[in-house]
Amino acid sequence: MSTAVLSSELQEKVQHAKEELDAHVREIIRWHFSPDTGTPFWLEKARELPFDPLKDIQTFDDLKLFGHFEDDWLRGGPVRRWVPKAYAHRPIYVFETGGTTGIPKTRVVIDDFRIDYEMFSETLPDEYFPKGANWLMLGPSGPRRLRLAVEHLCQYRGGICFCVDLDPRWVIKLIKRGWMEHLRAYQDHVIDQAMTILSANHEIKCMFTTPKLLDALAARLEKEGTSIAKMGITGIFCGGTEMTSQWIRFAIEELLGPGVYIAPTYGNTLMGLAAADMPTPETGYKITYYAPQPRAVVQVMDFDDYEKEVPYGHEGRVMLTTLTKEFFVPRFMERDEGVRELPCLKYPWDGVRGVKPFRGFAATTTVGVY
Amino acid sequence: MLHIPISRWGEPYKSLDIDKVVHFETGEVLAEVSRANGGLVERDMRYAQRARDVLREIPIKELLQMVKKAADLYTSATLPLGNGEQTPEQFVRMQSATTGLPEHMCRFNMTKNHFVLNEMEKILDALTRGLDLTVLTKGYGVESRGVPISYQAQSPVLGLVLPSNSPGVHTLWLPIIPMQIGLVLKPGPQEPWTPYRMANAFIQAGVPKQAIAIYPGLGDVGAAVLQYCPRSLIFGGSATVEQYRGNPRVQAHGPGFSKILIGDDKVDDWERYLDLMVDSVLVNSGRGCINCSGIWVSRHARKIAEALAERMGPIMPLPPDDPKAALAAFTVKGQADAINAEIDNDVKQPGVHDMTAKFGPRLVKKERCDYLRPTVILCESPEPAIAKKEYMFPFVTVVQCPQEKMIEKIGPTLVCTAITEDPKFQRALLDAVHIDRLNIGAIPTIKLNWLQPHEGSIVDFLFRARAFQFDGMLKV
Repeated sequence: MSTAVLSSELQEKVQHAKEELDAHVREIIRWHFSPDTGTPFWLEKARELPFDPLKDIQTFDDLKLFGHFEDDWLRGGPVRRWVPKAYAHRPIYVFETGGTTGIPKTRVVIDDFRIDYEMFSETLPDEYFPKGANWLMLGPSGPRRLRLAVEHLCQYRGGICFCVDLDPRWVIKLIKRGWMEHLRAYQDHVIDQAMTILSANHEIKCMFTTPKLLDALAARLEKEGTSIAKMGITGIFCGGTEMTSQWIRFAIEELLGPGVYIAPTYGNTLMGLAAADMPTPETGYKITYYAPQPRAVVQVMDFDDYEKEVPYGHEGRVMLTTLTKEFFVPRFMERDEGVRELPCLKYPWDGVRGVKPFRGFAATTTVGVY
Repeated sequence: MLHIPISRWGEPYKSLDIDKVVHFETGEVLAEVSRANGGLVERDMRYAQRARDVLREIPIKELLQMVKKAADLYTSATLPLGNGEQTPEQFVRMQSATTGLPEHMCRFNMTKNHFVLNEMEKILDALTRGLDLTVLTKGYGVESRGVPISYQAQSPVLGLVLPSNSPGVHTLWLPIIPMQIGLVLKPGPQEPWTPYRMANAFIQAGVPKQAIAIYPGLGDVGAAVLQYCPRSLIFGGSATVEQYRGNPRVQAHGPGFSKILIGDDKVDDWERYLDLMVDSVLVNSGRGCINCSGIWVSRHARKIAEALAERMGPIMPLPPDDPKAALAAFTVKGQADAINAEIDNDVKQPGVHDMTAKFGPRLVKKERCDYLRPTVILCESPEPAIAKKEYMFPFVTVVQCPQEKMIEKIGPTLVCTAITEDPKFQRALLDAVHIDRLNIGAIPTIKLNWLQPHEGSIVDFLFRARAFQFDGMLKV
């Protein structure tokens, strides 16, 4: 399969998106490597590089010169080295990754989470995610971007967001220690909070949740003689952990019913949010994610050669590039793998489907815990 | 392509997630198996009580007849399997092709399952100590001496998280259906064959399909089975056993660390027991928890180890359809390498000797699988770590240890064969709580009496004896 199979309209859009991406790359490189606006980490790094980013990086493909971003660079401080000079006097957030392995990675943010989620908001159908509706954030709390981002998404759409306490690091410890009774008790504790909020007449119509918590919430509601749909929920933004086509089909067919829309997403603190349309039986419940290009780019690389993209329809390891004025991460090899997908009219750039933990790490990482 | 769907209480469900089951030698895809998700198991447990209800509508005596019929169907009939059918010979070939067990061992395991099914009436009679089986249906009864009794089912279903490496374990769950308890099976990834064939044999014999559910899948499915079934059996390694120790909902079956102890009064005649020792180590390619992994003696350890090495050391891998094949293949990549490296590391300890080293390399690597050849290790004392290790191939340590220290040093032992007539030693063995199945006499560790409980009574696990009093008001 190649882009030759695309319609001429789509080919034109793909070309336009590529040009836009190249222009965006030049702008971001200028921003992060200019002495007046640049990021201390990258200004320091530029001294070691055998090329001049300002001169030699003109297109997205030129980012290859950077090699691969190492996630250890994000572990430990000083965190200020990641703040672009131009933003030094702005209020800064710091978000952490899940912390499944050692010291968590940290990312500084000023407005990116708002921008990313406002862009994502445009992909949600108003029919199921009504403007002004209140939301339930049934996901991780603490030093994570997701909690604030979902709240902002809700506020941006005119609603008020109710949240629960959920510490995924404690969940990981419970799993690693084999304390399964405690794990169940903690999951019950989280679902109890959700049930309390949903039963309190807050007119909640939308929610964020993870696959496991959706399973648990639906089961609890059924035990209580009700359901997600009967509680008035019409739109579910689902993410945070791996989601298979089988699971989404199960959720649609058996947990949600016809009146509830589910929007699967793939993302993390470093990237932002890759959206997907609601999977349908006609496409075999295929979930294809598209990154919010040009702010982030997802590529699928050959397992044996991270310099080579796999052909369309083939599996490989996910590589992420983040290109915002707040954060520049070139060519970061993610902890996931997936299948490279063709562009579409809505997203005229490559997508990725069948995302799951990278086979090289899958056995050693505790994922999908909340 | 043969497709094996999830069975949701007898209703086939084709998943969008598919796992391929491949032939360990040729790489040929033998079947595609639907992979369940954990939520599916949780959701289906809404019907767990129905499984017991439909079974309770059939008197246990009739269920026992159905089980007998299922025994014959399992061994002799062409049975439905997914979108196709399977003959007994195809079953043997498929099981061998994915587990690595030689075909004649698969046939032997079929015979064993047939025996257990066929003898189920006697087995249940023995396991319940002669209880009137209607007590299991009604939940109460009255003993012949007039004392009321009550056995209360603790779960409408039994969950099973089954292994891939040893088809022999299936005998443990065969008595469940005739006790009117439903089955929730999560097959091992390389061994979907027995759960599906046995379930189909039961259904063809008249057992209601609503009594059995089968969920192939990954770890999340196993976790869901354990979480949502009030009683479960899981098979795994020492870590699994440790994790569930003391959990009344889960019976964990792990390594057996089974052993033969020869008393001081018999050890000078050790040559008389050599065949028994070889059989205990070698039968079923050493894969079972009942295979012997340690022979403990106070003297002649070197001579015994040499003699075992002479008998087992020359054994080489043979094709799986060869009736003389004694070794099972390791079909999971890297597993044999890891075991081999661990043994090589352990034999560097002082007082540890690899007696089979002179017969050539232990590890035999093939294109798509590996073999480990029989290994006999001499330990001059019980102290080296390897003295109490167990692996899933014919591996045995011969450990020199004074008789008076043996019971203290052997550690947890599933099957202990003690060859001794010393009454003091026998008394100590009978009292040792870390020994499960005890054989006193020249009985191979692999020879089980099916009329006796294995790693705890399954009846006690599923039914609780409790007080129950009634008068003329009782109507059920």
